Amino acid sequence: MNTNPTEVRHHILSVLVENKPGVLARVSGLFARRAYNIYSLAVAPTNDPSVSRISIVVDVESAPLEQITKQLDKLINVLVIEEIAPADAVQRELLLATVVVTTSGHDAFRDTLGTFSAKLLDENEESFTVSLEDTPERLDVFAAFLGSHHLVALERTGRVALPRLH
Amino acid sequence: MKTNGGAALIKSLELEGVEVIFGLPGGAILPVYDPIIDSPIRHILVRHEQGAGHMAEGYAHATGRPGVAMVTSGPAATNIVTPLADAYMDSVPLVVITGQVGTAGIGTDAFQEVDTVGMTRSITKHNELVTRAEDIPRVIREAFHIATTGRPGPVLVDIPKDIVDPTHPNSAMEWYWPDSVDLAGYNPRMEGDPALIEAAARLILASERPVLYAGGGILKARAAEALTALAELLDIPVVTTLMGRGGIPDDHPLCLGMPGMHGNYTAVMSMQESDLLIALGSRFDDRVTGKLAEFAPHAKIIHVDIDPAELGKVRRPDVGITGDCRLVIEELINALNILGVDSQPDRTAWRSTLSGWQEKYPLTYEQSATGELLKPQFVLEQLRDNTPDDCIVASGVGQHQMWTAQYWKFNHPYTWINSGGLGTMGFSVPAAIGAKVGRPDRMVWAVDGDGCFQMTAQELVTAASERIPVKIAILNNAYLGMVRQWQEMFYEERYSEVYLSPDLPDYKMWAEAMGCVGMRVESPEDVLPAIQRANEIDDRPVVIDFRTDAREKVFPMVPAGKSNSDIVVGE
Repeated sequence: MNTNPTEVRHHILSVLVENKPGVLARVSGLFARRAYNIYSLAVAPTNDPSVSRISIVVDVESAPLEQITKQLDKLINVLVIEEIAPADAVQRELLLATVVVTTSGHDAFRDTLGTFSAKLLDENEESFTVSLEDTPERLDVFAAFLGSHHLVALERTGRVALPRLH
Repeated sequence: MKTNGGAALIKSLELEGVEVIFGLPGGAILPVYDPIIDSPIRHILVRHEQGAGHMAEGYAHATGRPGVAMVTSGPAATNIVTPLADAYMDSVPLVVITGQVGTAGIGTDAFQEVDTVGMTRSITKHNELVTRAEDIPRVIREAFHIATTGRPGPVLVDIPKDIVDPTHPNSAMEWYWPDSVDLAGYNPRMEGDPALIEAAARLILASERPVLYAGGGILKARAAEALTALAELLDIPVVTTLMGRGGIPDDHPLCLGMPGMHGNYTAVMSMQESDLLIALGSRFDDRVTGKLAEFAPHAKIIHVDIDPAELGKVRRPDVGITGDCRLVIEELINALNILGVDSQPDRTAWRSTLSGWQEKYPLTYEQSATGELLKPQFVLEQLRDNTPDDCIVASGVGQHQMWTAQYWKFNHPYTWINSGGLGTMGFSVPAAIGAKVGRPDRMVWAVDGDGCFQMTAQELVTAASERIPVKIAILNNAYLGMVRQWQEMFYEERYSEVYLSPDLPDYKMWAEAMGCVGMRVESPEDVLPAIQRANEIDDRPVVIDFRTDAREKVFPMVPAGKSNSDIVVGE
């Protein structure tokens, strides 16, 4: 498994599917049978509640990806597939984290949140729960900053992406 | 009209035109078996659920109509997994209905519960767990549509007990039958792109050494006549793959026979030396290409397939056309006629190269000396020459399958039924039974190996009790013959776990115990009389135990991983 979050071989597949049980398993199965790891995944209904969009970030060579894409297209419940090159995509991801910050560092921590445009969602005497919605690369930087404190928990949603308007 | 899910399921199958179901009842599917008593659909009670699946496949291969199998949940569903995988690999239209535990019990590790749709997701064209009785007619309609259109394949419908049990409130529904099928994500493309068809026609007209590489898709598309017309239009030779045998008659002067690992020299080398391969419903299987990097190195590729995922999967085509083989071939013939077929390169040299190979490298074997065991090839020649030209022949997997594919003359399409992609040992007996059910007017022989026979022979009890008069020729060499061949050639004759014994079991007695006529043949002069006697029996199955020579190997052979140009023609 590739551990570098901003690896250049990443491909983004944006897949419109019928919003039905088992569809995600059909889609993910085509990656699993080849022992390819799905790097990130985001699924939710679109404005049409009978249709969901699955955004898949995978780390594979182009040739097998072309084959997987064609096989995805064969799935009865898959409606449309679009591959978006990361450079041609508007990408967003959400990060949610709880960190413990020593009392003396509270002000500096709040300032840094401001420079990232991160939000403070919850706090008590020693801990903060924060969120940041931004590009995956910015989230990497923010996660590194949070890592310099005592991280209690960190979650990322998986990327959503739309093609850039040229 | 008020009805229940079970009655609606059987009614839906009737409306789909199903004439026969191969199946075996059990707990979860019990409610569906009750309305079968009153249905005009014939039900054939198998002895093992794998048999039901392969019978449905044999039926589909022989008739072109979807095969239908119905079994219960849990172990019955796991038993039918192999036929589903087999049908998926060989693009066989099947609709398989499995019972499932009641909706309230799903996920609780209930008695005879398995996650059937999860287990079969990657080996079906589509599958669906139905959770509401009112969905049954729609899902059945969709299942038949998906199984039979585009690239055919198996569809599994998993049905929980409560929605088909008339005593359960969950089964109550209003009857309806959908007018049409509405699947937004499923629109197989049938017609070829005209621009690509013209590009293909131009490549063909410019080619000096073209070969038509015809696969199982020719038969699935009912394109055999179109293929022959295309070949004759330009005098282009045709190879027919293991799944495409019979796509053009073997007796046709343009038919070169089977390519691949055990293909004949001319078919294999015609592809190697070709400058244009026209792949029609074939998929560049590793058993055809040999070492891919050295396969047909000088050839441009035209690839026609109904499944766009096949184009470029193995070898990138110069012209790739998505579409139904029959329609695309007809469109191609039109395009060729418009461009004019008179201005082609002189192909005399190519034709004489091919006929030179045919003369120099025919299929050969040595007749057995007096007192020696039978040669399997001799048995096949006798069988071939003493059965009707349109006889249907099914095989299992292994040496006997390759010899049958080599030595039989397939002069009619849909007469050859075997397990190509998955290579399922034990396929032939149930597949032959299914074929005979679908085509009772035809003689049906199964050519089987002794290893294969032992895997599914119990279905001859089904055949005997249902009066399905199939005929089984066991080429009994007392070994897992193909494995033995590999151990002899590639493992320094270290024979590991391949010996089976010629007479344990006693095949004649076993056949008789199953209600069949059993015979044993050990010498060449007894081969023909046994075949003739078998041909005359029409009220029960026949099994002939032909004792064959285990030393006999299948040649030619392209050793695994080697280039097709390294073909070994014999010892």
